[in-house]
Amino acid sequence: MTASGELPINVAVSARRAVVGLLLGGGLGLTLGMLNGLSGRSERLLDTTIQMARAVPHLALIPLIILWLGIGETAKVSLVALGVVFPLYINTLHGLRSVDPGLIELGRVHGLGQLELIRRIVLPGALPSILVGVRYGLGLMWLGLIVAETISADSGIGYMAMNAREFLQADVVVLSILLYAALGKGADAATRFLERWLMPWRPVEAANQP
Amino acid sequence: MKGVRLQLRRLTHRYGERVVLRDLDLEVTSGEFLAVIGRSGTGKTTLLRLLAGLEMVQEGELLQDGAPIRGLNRRARMMFQDSRLLPWERVARNVGLGLPRDRADRVAWALERVGLADRAGDWPTILSGGQRQRVALARALALDPALLLLDEPLGALDALTRIEMQSLVEATWQESRSTAVLVTHDVEEAVTLADRVIVLEHGQVSLQRTIDLARPRLRDSPAFATLAQDILDHLLGRTCPSI
Repeated sequence: MTASGELPINVAVSARRAVVGLLLGGGLGLTLGMLNGLSGRSERLLDTTIQMARAVPHLALIPLIILWLGIGETAKVSLVALGVVFPLYINTLHGLRSVDPGLIELGRVHGLGQLELIRRIVLPGALPSILVGVRYGLGLMWLGLIVAETISADSGIGYMAMNAREFLQADVVVLSILLYAALGKGADAATRFLERWLMPWRPVEAANQP
Repeated sequence: MKGVRLQLRRLTHRYGERVVLRDLDLEVTSGEFLAVIGRSGTGKTTLLRLLAGLEMVQEGELLQDGAPIRGLNRRARMMFQDSRLLPWERVARNVGLGLPRDRADRVAWALERVGLADRAGDWPTILSGGQRQRVALARALALDPALLLLDEPLGALDALTRIEMQSLVEATWQESRSTAVLVTHDVEEAVTLADRVIVLEHGQVSLQRTIDLARPRLRDSPAFATLAQDILDHLLGRTCPSI
């Protein structure tokens, strides 16, 4: 399969869908979370609606997605994105809420402006929680992807697995599952790297704690 | 820079129904070190927050060098009981918080002053409690504030570190000639550091003592002990010294 180029192509296609969906959904969740976390007016306007939408399991929207977006790439990426939006939204909002008020007060005493206060105190304070959201989002990203590729696809790992089922190729089905596992592991490693890169003060704490 | 002069006239402050400060009259002269003692919930911290401009004056007058404080008090810096260092910024960046770009040289100076020049590149998380408070002191001193507000800054330190920090606070205050207001629970600390000690009770000054002992003060001198005991007795509500 590797030699025929079938495997690498399917993996690449799946990874691309996952990443694009993650970026779109994650970006939207992050933006909404920040908007509502930083502005009371925006929160009053949007939060209830978002919470309502959150209560709907995102896989329940599949019929609607197929009706509106068909069964092409857009539909698959949307399904992935839908899964990622809410964990990022919730965790960003929670992160912004739980920033130590003492530090905000400190920033004010030191004459920081609103923007600098957000940049130097609020966002770094919310970062750990946002990254928790990213990890949650990654889990749902794979779920969305598998479902999307299983329903209808002509490429990708899910398609590979469904196709193999038709021909009773259990080995290929197992391979597909293992591939999902490997990709999931890879995504998790990427988050860890992101954590270490964005929060360099953390590992130091673990390593040098007296 | 010279310390500010503070005048509080009939200052009253409420949180909802609860009166925290009641008709408080107080003058602090330029360069004076004032210590405020009192039990919890007697308005000590509120007083500091008013001086920092974190709270709005509700009733009465609060004048700094003859003018009311509007919004944040830009001439004041505050040091808190918890060091409140930003864990995501290195020591030097923490000290430089809110410092104008052209005053960046003050960071090195302030760290030098508290004896932590070699820790400038460290993360705050690896510092000890005493070192963190020294960084916090450096941060408060960096802008050379005319008013230094100290909200139980040494309360969480162990006894030895505390004594070291007290001398450091005293030395830096003398050097800067700023006005200092220290809120503390520790009578000895107040008598060690302050020119004048006031006791707040029910939002009013219930005792005032000028400490005119020579600096640095020796805790084992009789005059020191008498003053400290006097204030402590008042705090405990005793009218005559206990046996």
